[in-house]
Amino acid sequence: MTASDPSLDLDELAPPRPWYTTVVYQARRHPLGAAGAFVVLLMIFMALFADLIAPYDPTATSFANMHEAPGAAFLLGTDQFGRDLLSRIIYGARTALFVGFVAAFAGSTIGLVLGVSSAYFGGLFDLVFQRVMDVFMAFPLIIMALAVVSILGPGTQNVIIAITLPFIPNCARVVRSSALAIREIPYVDAARAMGYSHTRIILRHMAPNVMAPYLIMLTAFVGQAILLEASLSYLGLGVQEPTPAWGLMLQGGAEEYAESAPWIAIFPGLAITLAVFAFNLFGDSVRDTLDPRLRSR
Amino acid sequence: MYTYTIKRLLLMVPTLLGAAVLVFLLLRAVPGDVCELRLAGTGGYFDKEALAICQEELGLNDPMFVQFVDYILGLLVLDFGESMWTGQKVWHEIGLRFELSLQLAIMTTLISIAIALPLGTIAAVKQNTWVDYVVRSISIAGIAMPSFWLGILLILGILIISQNHFGQPWMPPIQYKSLWEDPWHNLSQLIWPALATGYRYSAVATRMTRSTLLEVLREDYVRTARAKGLLEKVIINRHALRNAMLPVVTVIGIEFAFLMGGLVVTEQVFNLNGLGKLFVEAVLNNDYTLTQALVLLVVMIFVLTNFLVDLLYAWLDPRIRYA
Amino acid sequence: MTKRLSHWVLAAGVGLSLALSGGAAFAAAHAKPKRGGTLKYVIPAEPPSFDGHRETTFALIHPIAPFYSTLIRVNPENPSSPTDFVCDLCTEMPTASDDGKRYVFNIRKGVKFHDGKPLTAHDVAATFERIIFPPQGVASARKAFFVMVDKVAATDDHTIQFDLKYPSGAFLPSLANPYNFVYAKARLDADQHWYEKNIEGSGPFKFVELQPGAVIKGERNPDYYHEGKPYLDGFEGIFAKKQSLRVQAVRGGQAQIEFRGFPPKSRDDLVAALGDKITVQESDWNCVLLVTPNHKSDKMKDPRVRKALTLAIDRWGGSKYLSEIAIVKAVGGIAFPGHPLAATKAELEKIPGYWPDLDKSRAEAKKLLAEAGFGDGLSLKMNNRAVDQPYKIVGVWLIDQWKQIGVTAEQQVLPTGPFYDMLRKQKTYDISLDFNCQAVVNPLLDVSKFISDDKSGNNYANYQDREVDRLFEAMNQTADVNEQRKLMREMEMRVLGEEAHSMITLWWYRIIPHRSEVKGWKISPSHYLNQDLSSIWIDQ
Repeated sequence: MTASDPSLDLDELAPPRPWYTTVVYQARRHPLGAAGAFVVLLMIFMALFADLIAPYDPTATSFANMHEAPGAAFLLGTDQFGRDLLSRIIYGARTALFVGFVAAFAGSTIGLVLGVSSAYFGGLFDLVFQRVMDVFMAFPLIIMALAVVSILGPGTQNVIIAITLPFIPNCARVVRSSALAIREIPYVDAARAMGYSHTRIILRHMAPNVMAPYLIMLTAFVGQAILLEASLSYLGLGVQEPTPAWGLMLQGGAEEYAESAPWIAIFPGLAITLAVFAFNLFGDSVRDTLDPRLRSR
Repeated sequence: MYTYTIKRLLLMVPTLLGAAVLVFLLLRAVPGDVCELRLAGTGGYFDKEALAICQEELGLNDPMFVQFVDYILGLLVLDFGESMWTGQKVWHEIGLRFELSLQLAIMTTLISIAIALPLGTIAAVKQNTWVDYVVRSISIAGIAMPSFWLGILLILGILIISQNHFGQPWMPPIQYKSLWEDPWHNLSQLIWPALATGYRYSAVATRMTRSTLLEVLREDYVRTARAKGLLEKVIINRHALRNAMLPVVTVIGIEFAFLMGGLVVTEQVFNLNGLGKLFVEAVLNNDYTLTQALVLLVVMIFVLTNFLVDLLYAWLDPRIRYA
Repeated sequence: MTKRLSHWVLAAGVGLSLALSGGAAFAAAHAKPKRGGTLKYVIPAEPPSFDGHRETTFALIHPIAPFYSTLIRVNPENPSSPTDFVCDLCTEMPTASDDGKRYVFNIRKGVKFHDGKPLTAHDVAATFERIIFPPQGVASARKAFFVMVDKVAATDDHTIQFDLKYPSGAFLPSLANPYNFVYAKARLDADQHWYEKNIEGSGPFKFVELQPGAVIKGERNPDYYHEGKPYLDGFEGIFAKKQSLRVQAVRGGQAQIEFRGFPPKSRDDLVAALGDKITVQESDWNCVLLVTPNHKSDKMKDPRVRKALTLAIDRWGGSKYLSEIAIVKAVGGIAFPGHPLAATKAELEKIPGYWPDLDKSRAEAKKLLAEAGFGDGLSLKMNNRAVDQPYKIVGVWLIDQWKQIGVTAEQQVLPTGPFYDMLRKQKTYDISLDFNCQAVVNPLLDVSKFISDDKSGNNYANYQDREVDRLFEAMNQTADVNEQRKLMREMEMRVLGEEAHSMITLWWYRIIPHRSEVKGWKISPSHYLNQDLSSIWIDQ
């Protein structure tokens, strides 16, 4: 919380409390956000220690164990190749988080820089830049994704590029409107008068002041990125077999086996839903906290 | 106001032009062409001359520059040519599917409003109680589910439930009949995708309704109304909701634009012969002409909706005046 | 869950055996077809144009073939036989004269196009003239099937004569190709492209309407020349791209049949849900899934590496396991397994990669890899098509097979357009999944997939092997079946074994679970064949 925060009250002038009380305080204020954060942490844990937690090799096929129902040997059952679903879901968290975080971070950060620059320079640059952003925002994702995958070849990093592209204009637009407001405030003028370079003014003086919308967009993007990756996989443009990825797991199995071996379709779908759900809950609380207009008092 | 309108309309031109150039370049950067796909894609023997003839007919051998000039000149008179796959006029192909997509978009929007307004209001009124949390969780779960997954489970659920209850599996029709021709058939096909997507799309509007309502409830005139001792119900319905509608309208408007061209996955899952399905097929068939037209259509709808939403804003909120 | 599981396993087993035995008893028990009704079927893709001569996709056959006649065809009463051809427009199957170089067909009298104009031998001649010797600017996709033909001519209104350059066993199967729609000479004379956007044949059904992306409709042709046929009043072909939706359409009664083929799991689900309301017909399929090694790639140009890869594949085991999850089944060589020219099991087991002893094969594979300098492992770039059945499923299986001999294959899945561009133009893969799929079972020509890439229309392995070409030519220019068979074995051993130019995985397997009221349709080894719907009737 910054000093200019209107929510500042006498409590906060008291000596600093230990960090865990802050956590408890925030968690009580935003129980949904806390639940989301908990699931997110769980996912991160799963992703980091996948090698230790996963009971089987996620890519090892075993035709003796094709579509086994959930049971003692395979807690969540196996898929049509006899691969353990639980292990694939655990490893899949790695792919999901990697795609989610990288795409969200890249998209919103590039958007931040572009949005602030656009507001700072104004004039013709701003006008042209806005039109370019319009094009990218309205442009259908599937063509972008198909082009990226066909030109650069399929693979996780290219999927990330395809997902990042539509995030950039989204974030740039929001950041730009916030940045417009601070462009005219005296210290930016002062910085300009002191002859600082454009880069320095944009990055050091303006960007930190639009952190709130930036963080809001960032957290919202993670969930969207995970969902987009699943959709691209569904259309055959996502991460490739045999990499364990949730969207991919749904793509082949979900449809053919939805009835006779429903676990193949249900568990990866639940994993996606739960992950995106958690990121959205968390993101909503971040928004509530950072956006003073929405603060409920 | 007029100058503003004209200025906005003029600004659409560079956006559309930019999209036109971008789609042209991207499509040609994707390897392979429609003729190769038509002949090689089936795995059998085919004649190389037949391939050359096909490419010649469709102008795929022309220099890129010539193709581009042709395309742009066509754009100026709104002539997108013929689909490279079916050989039918692009306008004809789009016209056939437009009705379905429009109807689905309208139904989805209505359903999402019907879900969002009451849920958002309840959540705001009961802010920070368990009611609020439940409502928000339900609505967030909607956007968290992959739409194709929801669709697959929905169809399968209908099949299984109908078989258990009526002894015969029933599934929604897979052929489209227009609402005027056979309303029952039409609705029994479109209601399912509309429900699935309406639920999804209601999430953002619910959140928007809740947060703007919260904001409005803190405004002075609401406090005054409360002080006057008006019933809470009256306050919400008459004073607060009306003023909270603005951002909600915006969100719904923008979503409508997405719905018109963006239901790519849902139309696949339910085999709806709409623009989204046409779009995926055009892209995967390397059908340049049809894809170009569809992209421009989607961008056009998007830009126009944004513009209309802004105008609506001005009209609804007397404080906003565009000069 | 377990209880339900065992329940459906049982149901599937019973249903399947019922259906299979039912198929045999069928012809005798239900001899009398009923007239009337509309057949509803789902079609997985849409045709590009309506011109059968220029297109190669089954998406043209399923909706359009019922409107047209052909000169000869695969016997609709016995479509599973790869050698049984009968007349459609002709009156009697001819025997070749002039040392096997001349075929004379008599054309039925009184046949009419749907516009009422009479169909004569001149129309048939104009049709084959267009297919075999297309005029400038007219695309004929299969003209090379007729390389043996020297001349086509209508000698009078009801006689057509083909003169061949040399006697060839491939001629009649080529003639029976279901794409050889007979067009009207007058139409072709006026505009060679007329049939691309218009439909007007002389077949069992008349065109009613096409709603692009949605449905195609046909109605009975009252003037049809085969006595009493068709039985149906009409048909509706519904376009549905998604496989799961097509399966559900059959289940939910929105469609009665799909003619391409469903995966094994969908068959089991349908049988479990609907019991004897579903009849299952199955057949080996004249499509084969291959691994094509790129001979221009540094790693694959060494025959020892190619041989090691083929040795590592457990075809006999795969046939058993994969056939439960993918539409592949038969182990076979380069010729369709059901055909007289195909290798017997004993013959197959001599080819490296088909040895009965898997451990021996894999030990040999590792030895060969070591000799080639890849003893420490080899990593390959594998191109695959973004289609589940059977490409991606078999792809996952292959990756696992090669892992057993220390080879890592990294899969790159591309949508169909870019996939073929990779095969045909970019060629930057080491190995690629690939398939060879033909209509009429005609191994003599079907194996042209394996001749040198400058002569073949669809060889993507980038090699020239004149010995293979020689065997192919010799095989096609003899009418002696024993000689053909001997040459076929030599070619097979060279392509699959000695040189390992190509690696055949498994042949496809066609499974058609359809509503039991659909009668009179018999499965054939190709989804291109026996699709004019004239013998289908509905039992209600």
